[in-house]
Amino acid sequence: MTAKADQSPNEGSQFFRKLFKNKLALIGLVFVLLMICMALFAPLLAQYDPNEMNIQQALLSPGTKGHLLGTDSYGRDLLSRIIYGSRISLIVGIGAVLVGGAIGIFLGLVAGYFGGFIDSLIMRFMDALSAFPFILLAITLMTVLDTGLMNVIVAIGVGNIPGFARMVRGQVLSVKEEEYIEVTKSLGAKQWRIIFQHILPNCLTPIIVYATMNVAGAIISEAALSFLGLGIQPPTASWGNILKEGKDFLVVSPHIAVLSGLAILFSVLGLNLFGDGLRDALDPKTKL
Amino acid sequence: MKAEEPLLSVEHLSVEFISGKEKLRAVEDVSFFLKKGEVLGIVGESGSGKSVAVTSILKLLPSNGQLAAGKIYYKNQDLADFSEKQMRKIRGNEISMIFQDPMTSLNPVFTVENQLVEAILLHQKVKKSKARELAVQLLEVVGIKDAKQRIKLYPHEFSGGMRQRVMIAMAISSNPSLIIADEPTTALDVTVQAQILNLLKQLQEKANTSMILITHDLEVVADMADQILIMYAGQIVESASAETIFKNPLHPYTKLLIRSIPAANKKSGKLPVIEGNVPALKDIPKGTCRFANRIPWIAEDEHEQDPKLREVEEDHFVRCTCYQHFHFKEE
Amino acid sequence: MLRYILRRILDLIPTLLFVAIIVFLVTRMIPGDPARVMLGPQASVTEINNLREKLGLNDSMGAQFIAFIRDLLHFDLGDSATYNRPVIDLIMERFPNTIVLTVFSLCISLIIGIFSGMISAVKKGTAWDYFFTIFSLVGVSMPVFWLGIMLVLFFSVNLGWFPATGIGSMDAGIVDYVRHLILPGVTLATIPMANFSRITRSSMLDVMGENYIKTARAKGVSGTLVVCKHALKNAMTPILTTIGMQISSMLGGAVLTETIFSWPGMGRLIVDAINKRDFVVVQGTVIFLAVLFVLINLIIDILYKVVNPKVSYVRGEK
Ligand SMILES: Nc1ncnc2c1ncn2[C@@H]1O[C@H](COP(=O)(O)OP(=O)(O)O)[C@@H](O)[C@H]1O
Ligand SMILES: [Mg+2]
Repeated sequence: MTAKADQSPNEGSQFFRKLFKNKLALIGLVFVLLMICMALFAPLLAQYDPNEMNIQQALLSPGTKGHLLGTDSYGRDLLSRIIYGSRISLIVGIGAVLVGGAIGIFLGLVAGYFGGFIDSLIMRFMDALSAFPFILLAITLMTVLDTGLMNVIVAIGVGNIPGFARMVRGQVLSVKEEEYIEVTKSLGAKQWRIIFQHILPNCLTPIIVYATMNVAGAIISEAALSFLGLGIQPPTASWGNILKEGKDFLVVSPHIAVLSGLAILFSVLGLNLFGDGLRDALDPKTKL
Repeated sequence: MKAEEPLLSVEHLSVEFISGKEKLRAVEDVSFFLKKGEVLGIVGESGSGKSVAVTSILKLLPSNGQLAAGKIYYKNQDLADFSEKQMRKIRGNEISMIFQDPMTSLNPVFTVENQLVEAILLHQKVKKSKARELAVQLLEVVGIKDAKQRIKLYPHEFSGGMRQRVMIAMAISSNPSLIIADEPTTALDVTVQAQILNLLKQLQEKANTSMILITHDLEVVADMADQILIMYAGQIVESASAETIFKNPLHPYTKLLIRSIPAANKKSGKLPVIEGNVPALKDIPKGTCRFANRIPWIAEDEHEQDPKLREVEEDHFVRCTCYQHFHFKEE
Repeated sequence: MLRYILRRILDLIPTLLFVAIIVFLVTRMIPGDPARVMLGPQASVTEINNLREKLGLNDSMGAQFIAFIRDLLHFDLGDSATYNRPVIDLIMERFPNTIVLTVFSLCISLIIGIFSGMISAVKKGTAWDYFFTIFSLVGVSMPVFWLGIMLVLFFSVNLGWFPATGIGSMDAGIVDYVRHLILPGVTLATIPMANFSRITRSSMLDVMGENYIKTARAKGVSGTLVVCKHALKNAMTPILTTIGMQISSMLGGAVLTETIFSWPGMGRLIVDAINKRDFVVVQGTVIFLAVLFVLINLIIDILYKVVNPKVSYVRGEK
C-alpha cells in the first residue's frame, strides 16, 4: 500500500472526483470549513466580547433578544464564547498534531530507516507510550506542567507520537524495499538526504489522512482537559470549560452544556467524516 | 424412439448487473440442455460470462445481479420461479457446485469435518455420528489417505489439490443429479490438474451424474464433454458435440481457441495467443459481431449486423457469418 | 505455543521498563519541590524535610530510580499523603468498581456494535445501513463527558429513571446496583460500540465477498446461517485484534465517566488525587493502568493465537 506522492494530474483529478462524490465527506468538509471560518473571523462574527460580564443578564435562555444562544452564569454571551472557543479548539487540535506528528514522524523515519537496535529501542519506547490511555497521558502531563496553551498542546501532542511513528515506520519499511532507494544509496547519497528527499514524500498521503483524524482526537482531548479543569483556564472561552461551567447549571440553564457540547461534537464529526473521505479517495485499501 | 427428457434445459437465459443507473448484460440469450449422464463443456476466455451463467442456474448471483429473462427447467420445473427456500433444497442436494479456487473456497476457520458434516446434515436425515462416518467415507472416495485423521484438520493444512478433492467430496455428498464444476483445475498445478479431472470423470461415470464443466482451456473438456458451448462476451458463439467442435470448428473464436491448445502446437513450440481481451461489460459492442475487433484483419462487411446463432448442420450452431470468410492472420 | 508465550513475555520487559522510566521522569518533572507542593504553603521546614527524606528525594536520581523499580517489583506504589494509606490499597479498593463499569460497557458495546455492524453489512445500501452508519459515525466523534451530562439531563433530571451519580450498594439489591450502572455504562460504551460497529461492517463486507461464502450458499446453507456461522467467525478476527485498543481507550474514558457520575473507581481516584495534588497516588494509578493495559494486550494476543488456527500459518507463509 505504498502511496505515491508524485501523482499524475489524472490521478489528482480522480482523487477530487472521488472525494466530492462522497456526500458524507462533503458534509464533513462543510463542518470543518465552518469551524475554520468561525475561528478566523471570530471578532467579526461575535457580537460581544466573549469575556464581557453582565450579571443582570445572567443565564438568559436561547432566543432572548440580543443573545441568540442566551448567556452564561456571568451574563456573557454564549454565542460569542462558542465562536471564540473554536479558536482554542483549532489551535490546540492542529498544534498538538503538529507537535506529536513532527516527533512521531522523525522517530518513525529513524526507526524504519536504520532498523536493528535503534528500531527496537524506539519502538519499545512507543509501545510504552501507547500503554497509557491517551487522555490519561494528557491528564498526567498537565498535572506536572503548568497550565497554559502551550503546555496543553504539548500534553496532548505526546499521545500522538506513537501512532505517527508506527505508521511512518511501516511506510519507510515498504518504501525501502523499492529499488530507487537502493540506487541512490549505492551512489553514496547522504542518509538524511535519502530520508527527506525520497522516503518522506512517499509517506505523505497516509500522514495527511492520519493527521486529519488525529486533530479530531486532539480537540476532544482539549475539551476533556478543560472540562476537568486541567486545560485552558477560565475566563478564556474554550468549549471544554464552557461545558464544565454548564454542568453546574444543568438544571436551570441546560442550554449552556447542550450547545457547547454540540459544538465539540460537530467539529469532531466533521473532521472524522472528512478524514474518512480523504482516506477512501486516496486509497480505499489503506486501513488506518 | 422417443427422445429422452433433458435433466436441465436452459432457455434464453439473460443476466444483468446493475451498476449505478445502468443495467449491463453479462449473459445474453443463452440456451442449452443437458441429459442425464451427459457432460456439457462451456468454454471461453476469462470474462466471457461462464461463471455468471451457471451461478444464475443456482440463483446465487451477487446482490447486484439479476435474472433478466429466461427459463431454467430442472426436472421440468422452472427454477426461475423457485423461492429462496425451495432453492436451498436444490443447492448441494440436486445440483452441486465446485469452484475454481480451492485455496479460498473452503472456510478457513472450520475443520474439514465440520464443513463436510454440515453439507451432509443439510440434505440427509442422519444422525451426526453417522454423518461423521459418511464424511470419512467420502474423503476416501475422493482419494484422500488417512481420511480418519486428516478430516480433523483445517483447510490450510491441505494442499491445493487435496482441498479440491475435499470440495469434490462435499459436492457429491448428497448424490446430486448435476454437478457444476466451474474451472475446477485452473488454479492447480499441471500434474494435479489431470488427477482431479480423472477423479471427476470417474465419479461422474460411476454415478451417471450429469455435469457442466467450465473451462477456458478447450483441452480440458476434449475427452470428457459430450457437448460443448463456446462463449464469448456473454453469448454462445458456437455449440456442437465435442467431436464436431474439434473436427469441424467453424467460428473464428473456436478455431483460435483450438489453435492455442498446447498439445496442438508441439512442433512450432510457440503458443499462439489470441490478441486482445474479452471486453468489459460496458464496452461490449452493440448490434455487431462482438468478436470483430479481435480479428481486425477480417473486413468489416464480412460480419453480420446483429448476428444470430444459426444451425448450420444438425445440432451445430454458429453465430455471425464471419466464419465463412475467416482465415488465420498471416505472420 | 509455550515458547511463543515466553517470547511475548520477554518482549514485554523493555516496554514495561520504559513505562516505568516515563512515569518516573514525568513525576520528577513537577515544578518546585514536590514535598512542599504536597504539604502546602503552611508546612514547616522540618515537615518538608521529613517528607523529602521519606520520599527519597534527597538521594541521587539513579538511586531514586532503582528504589522506584525495587518498590514496583514488590507491588509497593508508595503511600498517599492525603489518605495516609498505601496507594496499592487505595487502588485495590477502587479497582473492582472500574472493572465492573468497564466490563459492563465492553459487553454492551460488543453486543450492540457487532450486531449493528452485521445488519449494516448484510443490508448494505438500505435505510438500516445508513442508520447504523450515521449512528456509528456520530458515536466515534462523541465527547463522552458531554454525552454523560446529556444522559443525566435527560434520564435523571427530566425523566428521573436513573440516578445521576454514585454507585448502588449490593445491599440495596441488584436492581438498584444496575440502575446506577446503566448511565455510566452506556456513556463509556458509546465509542467502543461505534468502533466495533464500523469494524464489523467493513470486515463483514470483506468476508461476504469471499469464495467460501459462495461455497456455503451453494451447499444450501440458509442466508442467516451463512452470516452467523460462516461469515461472523471469520469477521471476528479484526474485531478481536482491536479489543485491546478499545479497552485502553475505555480505561481513559473511565476517568471522565467516573468523574461525571461520581463512580468510585480508579478514574475518580486519579482526578481527586490531582485536585489534592497527591502525586504519589497519580503516579501509582497511572503506572498500574499502563501495566494492566500491557498485560491485557498480551492475553488478547495469546487468546487470538489459540482461537485462530490461521495465524501461525499466515505468518509462517510470509
Ligand atoms: N458482481 C458483478 N458485478 C458486475 N459485473 C460482474 C459481476 N460479476 C461478474 N461481472 C462481469 O460479468 C462478466 C462475466 O464474468 P464471469 O461470468 O465471471 O466470466 P468467466 O467466468 O467467463 O470468466 C465479466 O465482464 C465480469 O466483469
Ligand atoms: Mg469464471
